[in-house]
Amino acid sequence: MSTAKQPVLELRNLSVSLPPGGDRPFAVEQVNLRVAAKEILCIVGESGSGKSMVAHAIMGLLPEPHVKVAAGEALLNGENLFTMSRTRQRQVRGVGMGMIFQEPMTALNPLMRVGEQIEEALRLHSDLDGRGRRARVLELLADVGLPNPEDLRRSYPFRLSGGQRQRVMIAIALALEPDLLIADEPTTALDVTTQKQILDLIRKVQAEKGMGVIFITHDFGVVAEIADSVAVMQHGRCVEYARAEQVLNRPEHTYTRELIAAVPHYIEHREDFVREGTALLKADSVRKVFQVGGGFLRRGRELIAADNVSLTIHPGETVGVVGESGSGKSTLGRCIVGLHKADGGRIVFQGTDLVGLSRKAFRPFRKDVQMVFQDPYASLNPRYRVADIISQGPIAFGTPRKKAHERARELLELVGLDASVARRFPHEFSGGQRQRISIARALALDPKLLIADEPVSALDVSVQTQVLDLLDDIRYQLGLAMLFITHDLRVAAQVCDTIAVMQTGRIVELGTCRDVFSNPTHSYTRTLLDAIPGQQWEIPADLRHLRGERARRPREVSR
Amino acid sequence: MAKIGLFLARRLVKAAIILFFIVLINFALIRAAPGDPAAVMAGEAGASDPQYVELLRQRFGLDEPLHTQMWIYVSSVFQGDLGFSYRQGRFVSDLILERLPATLLLTVTAFIFALAMGVLLGTLAAMKVGRWADTAITTLALVSYATPLFWLGLMLILLFSVHLGWLPSFGFESVGAGHTGLARVADVAAHMVLPVLTLGLFYMAVYTRLTRSSILEVHEMDFVKTARAKGVTEGNVMMFHVLRNAILPVITFAGFQAGHLIGGSILVETVFAWPGIGRLAFNALLQRDYQVLLGVFVVTSILVLLFNIITDLLYTVIDPRIEVE
Repeated sequence: MSTAKQPVLELRNLSVSLPPGGDRPFAVEQVNLRVAAKEILCIVGESGSGKSMVAHAIMGLLPEPHVKVAAGEALLNGENLFTMSRTRQRQVRGVGMGMIFQEPMTALNPLMRVGEQIEEALRLHSDLDGRGRRARVLELLADVGLPNPEDLRRSYPFRLSGGQRQRVMIAIALALEPDLLIADEPTTALDVTTQKQILDLIRKVQAEKGMGVIFITHDFGVVAEIADSVAVMQHGRCVEYARAEQVLNRPEHTYTRELIAAVPHYIEHREDFVREGTALLKADSVRKVFQVGGGFLRRGRELIAADNVSLTIHPGETVGVVGESGSGKSTLGRCIVGLHKADGGRIVFQGTDLVGLSRKAFRPFRKDVQMVFQDPYASLNPRYRVADIISQGPIAFGTPRKKAHERARELLELVGLDASVARRFPHEFSGGQRQRISIARALALDPKLLIADEPVSALDVSVQTQVLDLLDDIRYQLGLAMLFITHDLRVAAQVCDTIAVMQTGRIVELGTCRDVFSNPTHSYTRTLLDAIPGQQWEIPADLRHLRGERARRPREVSR
Repeated sequence: MAKIGLFLARRLVKAAIILFFIVLINFALIRAAPGDPAAVMAGEAGASDPQYVELLRQRFGLDEPLHTQMWIYVSSVFQGDLGFSYRQGRFVSDLILERLPATLLLTVTAFIFALAMGVLLGTLAAMKVGRWADTAITTLALVSYATPLFWLGLMLILLFSVHLGWLPSFGFESVGAGHTGLARVADVAAHMVLPVLTLGLFYMAVYTRLTRSSILEVHEMDFVKTARAKGVTEGNVMMFHVLRNAILPVITFAGFQAGHLIGGSILVETVFAWPGIGRLAFNALLQRDYQVLLGVFVVTSILVLLFNIITDLLYTVIDPRIEVE
C-alpha cells in the first residue's frame, strides 16, 4: 500500500465534524490513508460509516457550514487541500482530482447536452480552443467505450441508460487526466452486467493513466474484484487498513469479520426442495403491456413488460425471480398481487383464475397473497402507528380492532421486535427494523403466498442477512410459499428453491437453484453469473460458521 | 419543426373545441339570470307596456327558442362577430379593441415586473438562506402575498398620491395636459407605477417563494455536486446548473398568471380608474350589458388558451425531456 515515493493523496488524522445534537459529534474521526499512483484503495463500510464523507471532504464538497473538516490534512501531491485558497481549490478539482457519484441518473445536469457537460471542465481548466475541446470530448467519449460519440455528444442525459451515464461521468472526471479519481459507490445503482463493464472500465483507465483511485463501496465482491488495498470504516473510524489480500482472507478486526461473514455467496445454496401436492399458484402465459405516453387524441407507445410468463409455486416453496432492471420481474409480482391487471394469460390461485376478476371478486384473495416492498422508508405510512399499520388489513377483513392489535403485537415478536414498539411511528426505526415491520404487516392476514419484491436491496449487508434469515425462519414456521424478486443472484442463491431468470419480459431459464447456478443453460444466465463480482474470492473458512450463529442472534432492540 | 407544427395544429383544434363549450356555457349562464335584456331595456326606458317589450323581443330575436339564439350567437362568435351593444350603440369588438391596449400595457408590465423581481429576490434569498437578507425577503414576500389587492392599492394611493404627492392616483394619463412624444410616455409611466405595483406584488411574492424553494431543492442535487467537482465557479454553478433547473416550476406558474393577464385586472382597474377591459366588464355587469360581458369572456378565454399553448411550447424549449408529440 505504501510506496517509497510520495503518494498521490495522503490523509493525516482527518476528522469531519457533524452539527451538534446529532447521534455522534464526528462523521469521520482520525482517519489516516494513503493512495499511491496506480493504486486502487477501497473504502468499505455500511451506511453511516462516514466513507462518503471522506470522499466529500477531499473534494471540498461537504455541506458546509453544518458539516466541516474539523482537523487533519489532505495532501494531494504534497499540497494541503484544506488550507489552499478557494480559487486554487477549484483549479485542483477537475485538474488534480475527479469524482464519480453513486446515482448516475441524477449526477448529470438534465438540461445540458452531454458534450457541453464534458466541455465545461475543459473550458475552465485548459487552453484548448473550441475545436480542440470538441475533439477531446469525442476522444473521451470513445475512451469510455460509448458508441457513436458524435451523436452522443449532442444528446441530453435522459436519452442515456444508467450505465451510459456513468460512463459519461467517468469521461467528465477523466477530462483533464487527474492524478486521483474518487469513485463514490459508482456501481451500486447499476445492474450486475453493467457493473462489471464499469468496473472493467475503471480498471482499464486507471492502468492506462496510472491514476490513484479511491473506490468507495459496501460490497466485498467488488472489493475482491478491484482493490489493491482496503480500509474498513465503522462509525466514522477506520478500523482496519491493509493490503486487499490480507483484509479479504485474514481479516483481523471483529467488525471486518462480521461484514465478510455476512456477504452472500452464491456457492452456498440450500437442499433441493421436494414439491408436494398441487400447486398453490400457477401462472400461465401471463402478459402485461403498458401504454407509454399518449393521451387525448393520440395513442402512446406500447411497452411489453411481461410476455408469455409461466411458473408454478407449491406450498412451502420459494421461487426466485431474478433479472436486471426492466426485465419485468416486478411487473410479474404486481400482476400476481393484483396491483396490475394482466392483459393476457391465466394466474390460477388454488383453482381460481385471478386474471379478469372484478375488484370485488378479487378481494377475498388479497388476504391470501401479500407483498413486501423494496423501500422500507416509503412503504410504511409515516402518520400511522406501527400497530395500526399491521392491523389495518385484518380490521378491513372484519377482525375486531382489539384482537387485531393483540395479533399485531404477537407478529412484532415473531419478526424479532419488541411488542412495545406497536405504539411508535415508523420514523423511529432503522431500515432493517422497518422491513421487519413490513413483513409483520404482510403476515397479519395469514397469507398463503408472500411476494417479496427486492426486500433487502435497500439494506446494509449485515442487516440484509438478518432480514433474509428472518424470512427463512418464518417460511419454515408458517409453511409459507414465497415469490422472491431480486436483482442480486447471490441473495437468490441463498434463499430460493427454484429460480426463474427473466430478460426483457420473458423467462429465459427456469429450474432448481442448484441447476441454474451450477449448470446454467441459457447464455443470459451465464452472462449474469459471470458478472457477479469477486468470484475468484472465497469467504475465509473460519468465517463461514459465523453465519449460523448470527441467524440465531438475539432480537434487535429498537432505539 | 414539422413536429412543432403538428403539435400546434393539434392544440389549436383542441382549443377551438374547448372555446366552443366555454361560449356555450357562458351564454347559458347569462341567460339563466332572471329577466331578459328586453325587459331590462324596457324597464330602464320607463315603458312597461307589454306590447313594447314584445316588440323589442321580436326586434332582437329574443322570441326565438333559446337553442336557436344560442346557435346564432355561437356561430357568429366563431365568425368573429361578438355582437352589438345597444346600450353603448357600438360594436362589442370595437369596444373591446379600444380598451385592450391599456389593459395589456398594464398587465404585461406587471407580469414582467413580478417575474423579474420574483426570480431575482428568490435567488437572492436562496443564496443567503438562513441569514438576514433571506428573512427580509421572505417576510416581504409573505406580506405582499397576504395583503388584499384593493387594500394595497388604496394604501399606495394614500401614501404616494395623497401624502407624498409623488404619483398620480388614477387614470391612464393626465387629462387635458396634451403631452406628446416622450413627455407623454413619461406621463403614462407615472400613472402606471401604482397599478403595476398593486397588480404585480402578489405574483412577485409567489415567484419569490417558488424560486427560493425550487433553488434550495435543486441545490441539493447530485449534478450540482458534479459541477463543483469539475471546479466550476459558484456563480456559474448558480447560473447554469441550479437556476436553469429551478426555473421550471416558475414557468408553470407564469403561464398560469399570463392566462389571467386580462381577467385579473378588474379590481385594479376599478381602484385606479384605468380605462381597460376590466372596467369595461365591470360596468357591463352593472348595466346588464350582456353582449359586452359575453364578448369580454370570449376574449379572455382565448387568451387563456393561447397562453397555455405558449407555456407548453416554452417548456419544450427549456426542458429537452419534454417533447412535443
